[in-house]
Amino acid sequence: MSAVTSAHDEHDDHGPKKGFMRWLTTTNHKDIGTMYLVFALVMFFVGGAMALVIRAELFEPGLQFVNPQFFNSMTTMHALIMIFGAVMPAFAGFANWMIPMMIGAPDMALPRMNNMSFWLLVAGGVLLFSTLFMEGGAPAAGWTMYPPLVLQTGNSLPFAIFSIHLLGVSSIMAAINIVATIFNMRAPGMGLMKMPMFVWTWLITGFLLIAVMPVFAGAVTMLLTDRFFETSFFDAAGGGDPVLYQHIFWFFGHPEVYILILPTFGLASTIIPVFARKPLFGYHSMVYATIVIAFLSFVVWAHHMFTVGMPIAGELFFMYATMLVAVPTGVKVFNWIATMWKGAMTFETPMLFTVAFVVLFTLGGFSGLMLAIAPADFQYHDSYFIVAHFHYVLVPGTVFMIIAGTYYWLPKWTGHRYNEKLAKVHFWMSTISVNVLFFPQHFLGLAGMPRRIPDYAVQFAEFNMISSVGGFLFGFSQLIFLYIIIKTIRGGEKATGEVWEGAKKHGLEWTLPSPVPYHTFETPPKIK
Amino acid sequence: MIKIMLGDFSVKKTKQIFAHLFLMLLGVGEANAEYALNMPRGVTRISNDVYDLHMLILWICVVIGVLVFGVMFYSIYYHRKSVGHEAEQFHDNVKVELLWTVIPTIILVAMAIPATKTMLEMDDVNEPDITIKITGWQWKWEYDYLDSGVHFFSSLDAESNQARQLNSGVEAADVDNYLLNVDNPLVIPVNKKIRFLLTAADVLHAWWVPEFGWKKDNVPGFINDAWVSVQKPGIYRGQCAELCGKDHGYMPIVVIAKEQAEYEQWLEEKKAQALAEASSADRQWSQAELMAKGAEVYQANCASCHMADGQGVPGTFPALAGSSIVTGAMDGEVAMVLNGRGMMPAFGAMLNASDLAAVISFTRNGLSNKVGDSVQPLIIKPMLAAMTQPEEDDDW
Repeated sequence: MSAVTSAHDEHDDHGPKKGFMRWLTTTNHKDIGTMYLVFALVMFFVGGAMALVIRAELFEPGLQFVNPQFFNSMTTMHALIMIFGAVMPAFAGFANWMIPMMIGAPDMALPRMNNMSFWLLVAGGVLLFSTLFMEGGAPAAGWTMYPPLVLQTGNSLPFAIFSIHLLGVSSIMAAINIVATIFNMRAPGMGLMKMPMFVWTWLITGFLLIAVMPVFAGAVTMLLTDRFFETSFFDAAGGGDPVLYQHIFWFFGHPEVYILILPTFGLASTIIPVFARKPLFGYHSMVYATIVIAFLSFVVWAHHMFTVGMPIAGELFFMYATMLVAVPTGVKVFNWIATMWKGAMTFETPMLFTVAFVVLFTLGGFSGLMLAIAPADFQYHDSYFIVAHFHYVLVPGTVFMIIAGTYYWLPKWTGHRYNEKLAKVHFWMSTISVNVLFFPQHFLGLAGMPRRIPDYAVQFAEFNMISSVGGFLFGFSQLIFLYIIIKTIRGGEKATGEVWEGAKKHGLEWTLPSPVPYHTFETPPKIK
Repeated sequence: MIKIMLGDFSVKKTKQIFAHLFLMLLGVGEANAEYALNMPRGVTRISNDVYDLHMLILWICVVIGVLVFGVMFYSIYYHRKSVGHEAEQFHDNVKVELLWTVIPTIILVAMAIPATKTMLEMDDVNEPDITIKITGWQWKWEYDYLDSGVHFFSSLDAESNQARQLNSGVEAADVDNYLLNVDNPLVIPVNKKIRFLLTAADVLHAWWVPEFGWKKDNVPGFINDAWVSVQKPGIYRGQCAELCGKDHGYMPIVVIAKEQAEYEQWLEEKKAQALAEASSADRQWSQAELMAKGAEVYQANCASCHMADGQGVPGTFPALAGSSIVTGAMDGEVAMVLNGRGMMPAFGAMLNASDLAAVISFTRNGLSNKVGDSVQPLIIKPMLAAMTQPEEDDDW
């Protein structure tokens, strides 16, 4: 495939290979983008099913369905699959599909590596999933895999660690590819400060990934040698320190959560201007805010460890640094609202999800600010309050924007308009149920319910029941999403090239026909 | 001091209305359990400070939220295409952008000041009246009163433990303080500064009683400290807050705060009890006595891993029924139980000679094993003394 030369006319549309070999050997950024998105969607439902096992068990006090060990496996695997299987691949899919088209490039800079990074992701995902069937069960020490507990894992530990290595290699390759593409493949005239915000946020995300994935790989490798080769990095009896792992893990882990949110910011900054029919407010401050957030992400990691017993100077430093994150994040939210201000807004589904994102993500931001206050965190820490917090930023935050991005670009990818009415049903169902699901968890945490427990005291019964009802509603609402996507791929009202009124002004991708031809921008477009 | 804007009465009322609305919406029947919407104020000065910080930052967020979303929804309502609003094309305003960078920074600095003050106070563990060492185990707590030598383990009470089994058939609501009750509560005097030294024997745990306003991790091989001074006598309940394996949800904490005199009385009782237990090892036990005591000790200490019937959990916890160690030579089992191996803790450090002799005898003649022999506390006692000798020299 990659041997295909480009000595053809601009609109000459090469057909891809037929059958399975097309997907196995493809180096086309659109094919690879599609595969990433399909993989992410499948994992979204797999991880979601695990979440429903958790919510079913927590529906009422007492153990009804699973034993505590399997329950812990579910919380662990749910998180790993959602983070590494669903959210990160979804963003890699968007990046693959859209970044070349947004910057006027014919493809990604490193197309063969692109193929490899996707298939390594599949290998890592399958390996991780297979641990469920191993003796001793899947990893059950939480997605953070703190030693010494994680070292008690059964046979699955080395497999889980190897799958993390594979997923890490895959992410690093994807990140290198994206950074290389953005730096080298922009159409003439597209300076860095003319790039769309989605491209900017992914550029910074790429650097974060390259910086921290090796750190994570190092941490889990030390687990491996502690377990099998008699090192004692994390064992006090041999001169090590279990808390060292936490420092290394969160040095990766905090930038990681921004890896999950920065492309989300980019999507919101892309979608709001189109539906407000206005340019993005404060483009420059958006770029700077993103860079500042990325920088801060490296110096706030220990706020995940306020209760671990740090020296007072450490507690105070990490409290102040964490509170600072609110400033650039606030700038972003204010900019989005200023973009809506005095626009001529319409509320098609992508915009609806984006508005819900702005409100609900900010709510998660508020609880984040509360968690930053170290003395108060001594109460919130490891309670359901933190569970509510990070699910607010990740579900109506990140996942909502992935859904918004899908609705936004689906007509461009497939050439068909999706069913707007049904999509709005999907929006309202999701938005209402996500709040029924996660809002009561704030109350549970404040009232004293710890996270990661399969059973609870009876004073937590009411809100757990409400939360579980919300969970099942939210889960099943996503079947509407699946239905809409399949239906739109198969057919429907033809979409124009521009798709959204006036979208041409907002991005190069809307100057192309819908569906996009297999090869685009073989000669670079002119940027004014 | 930060005053909360709503009085107690109206808070309660709003709480009730909210909760009832929620429940009515979902058609959930009225339940009797006491649920709470907010963090408890707690029973120490620090926990009150923490509560005030929590409410202050909450109200700051609410005010900012109302303002920001107010502007947004105003815009969503009035600046729509369908009401004929024309889009303006501005995209920058340095003054406004500076303003919304500077104002949040000022708010944050203002917030950091009281937070730092509370933080410093929490950190000051100097000059305690009493020091208690708390050790986290999978899955129980060990309390060690360093000043008076009182020492005991505290695990989930038997009634909760029975009800919590998969499909136990017991309604959680019928159990008093389901999952929040223990066999041996921690007892402390009120209005005394009590310093806790926190550590763990196996994996990470975290000791959390919400009414005290903090939690702190128990890290194996390291010692953390924290303190409380409880202002009101009462029973305060909490749980382990750091994932510590399969029974993480089943290691509650119960603290009883008593007046000084009552506390001292309790202390004397505990000491007398410990003496009686120690002397019980100096006599011959009958087989029936050993089996009865052994069954009790087994349920409290062994059943969470090896299961009540001794069948274990395949792949994780070995079965005792038919096990080659349990049905093999006595010395082998005694060494295993006393010293532990891998995930099996060294019970020599946890149980007294009578309990050890009883539980070893029980495993050999119960759980469908029929070895026929038994071991006397008198045999175990010198072994324990040999184990603990070096540690007693350590004055830590």
